[in-house]
Amino acid sequence: MTSADMTTAEPGVGTAAPRRVAPRKKRGNSIPVGIVGWIVGIVFFFPVLWMVLTSFKTEAQAYTNTPSLIFSPTLSQYKTVFSSGIWPYVANSAFATIVSTILVLLLATPCAFALSLRPVRKTRDVLFFFISTKMLPVVAAIIPIYIAARDLHMLDNIFTLVILYTAMNLPIAVWMMRSFFLEVPGELLEAAEMDGAPLRRTVTEVILPVVAPGLAATALICCIFAWNEFFFAVNLTATQAATVPVFLVGFISSEGLYFAQLAAAATVATLPVILAGWVAQRQLVRGLSFGAIK
Amino acid sequence: MAEVTYDSATCIYPGAERPAVDALQLAIKDGEFVVMVGPSGCGKTTALRMLAGLEEIDDGSIRIDGKDMVGVPSRDRDIAMVFQNYALYPSKTVGENMGFALKMQGVAKDERARRVREAAELLDLEPFLDRKPRNLSGGQRQRVAMGRAIVREPKVFCMDEPLSNLDAQLRVSTRTQIAELQRRLRVTTVYVTHDQVEAMTMGERVAVMRAGQLQQFASPTELYDRPTNVFVAGFIGSPAMNRFDATADTGGIHLGVATLRPADAQLRAAQGHSKLIVGVRPEHLAIGDGDGELTVKVALVEDLGSDSYIYGRLADDASSSVIVRSGREHPRHGDIVKVAVDTTHLHIFDADTGLRLGE
Repeated sequence: MTSADMTTAEPGVGTAAPRRVAPRKKRGNSIPVGIVGWIVGIVFFFPVLWMVLTSFKTEAQAYTNTPSLIFSPTLSQYKTVFSSGIWPYVANSAFATIVSTILVLLLATPCAFALSLRPVRKTRDVLFFFISTKMLPVVAAIIPIYIAARDLHMLDNIFTLVILYTAMNLPIAVWMMRSFFLEVPGELLEAAEMDGAPLRRTVTEVILPVVAPGLAATALICCIFAWNEFFFAVNLTATQAATVPVFLVGFISSEGLYFAQLAAAATVATLPVILAGWVAQRQLVRGLSFGAIK
Repeated sequence: MAEVTYDSATCIYPGAERPAVDALQLAIKDGEFVVMVGPSGCGKTTALRMLAGLEEIDDGSIRIDGKDMVGVPSRDRDIAMVFQNYALYPSKTVGENMGFALKMQGVAKDERARRVREAAELLDLEPFLDRKPRNLSGGQRQRVAMGRAIVREPKVFCMDEPLSNLDAQLRVSTRTQIAELQRRLRVTTVYVTHDQVEAMTMGERVAVMRAGQLQQFASPTELYDRPTNVFVAGFIGSPAMNRFDATADTGGIHLGVATLRPADAQLRAAQGHSKLIVGVRPEHLAIGDGDGELTVKVALVEDLGSDSYIYGRLADDASSSVIVRSGREHPRHGDIVKVAVDTTHLHIFDADTGLRLGE
């Protein structure tokens, strides 16, 4: 050991942690990338903007051939939508979405744990099986599902949708959660084991707080898919269990399209998803860039 | 506190050609600080993890206080571990991190708080108890990891290269803190490192490992003065020991054109071995005034202020490199100097087996 080694004292003792310095941003190719980003953003956002604008127009204004951007906005379409009995549909959608998402998370979390941190035999086969269920077009399965639901007297029953939405979202949730779990350092599990934590406490107190952003992202994706689902809803429900997407179709009548009304109803239908995305956007971005899904 | 015994403990990773740890035999005394050292892949970390219960013991056994640990889960071994990357729980505060094991043991909240406070006091962590690990510096995190181990008052501490993520200065100050703390607490400690300086300065005894096998288990002085084979001789000491190919006869030990006369007993032991390796520490070589045995061409001089190291090659055998410790006055690059060998400090090994000869 050299003499210089002997006399040093730790600079960090008793002082605050060093302040983080933001990395200097690289300029150069950021401007073209920014322009492309804006163009893509506008292309994606334009239909939504169009929908929202149309919802504040009268039917006549909505139909003008050169669409007008300057008009006197009206709330009459929204009044019509709210007075035409949207609330039972919203309640059905909310119930199916929330309950199926909770079920998905309850099932996907232990499943993803077993397929990542405590790998079981045939992990790859199991993972492939999960994702293979998404390869079958839903339309191919609708007849057996319909017959099964009919024979079980579960047509037009919200629990049918809950079960189907759970099954529909489970594979993607397992894959997402697995990629988040894989990011958890193995040493954390070992530390918990050394600290005497049983498996349940390890999962709830150590792992889940670490993967919380991923959990939030998974939950949001499941919510969006369940809320927007149309095919099962339109085929398996009628009056009791119909959801918001089914309600929207009601505005496409044989008398013709009610564009402005449809736009207002669609705006109302997308609002919960947009709000949830807005609230969770930081978690969502962190979550989606956390694991392998980037 | 406890005695730890590795009794032919073996670990074989699935699909591996040779055991990661091969019939390891170690007896660690109660309260002792033992360092396992060796190059990457030598099995030191695996040996530690076997003790901690994080790797299977495929053959042999590990006993803590005489109790066989084969099949005993980590949580029931009463061992605390400090991990290389600390493995602090990111969502918990420093205090919660330190108290987690006690919480799992069902220790009452007041008692928990008291023990966490005591450990924090010991490690100068009191101001940080409510912070999350991400808001701490590397050195502070390291101390939290230590605190988490101390608070449990375990039978054995296992430390897996706990200083490797710290910068050089901090590493030196922290290693003295750890050694001091261990001497004070007298908890049996097994410490793994690849840094031989750490091993020599911290351990009461050091286990040198290579390719899964124990090479030597002895005090730092013993390792330095009497390395049991060529590997230990080369691994322990900084700069490394000079090693030269040699032969021996009744006249002495011949290194190229030079002849050395070691003690009679050592020479007798060396005779009869066709090829030898002779080891000499840099401090046992001296730049002479023309009366030295070796002729060395200086390639590089490292001036450390207090003294210097001369790196060169033998003039008559350019494949043999030589390191000589010198004072503040030293030759320059390109000089050809005579170097005298202190023959009372020769280490002689059989070139075929690598084992030490004599004494």
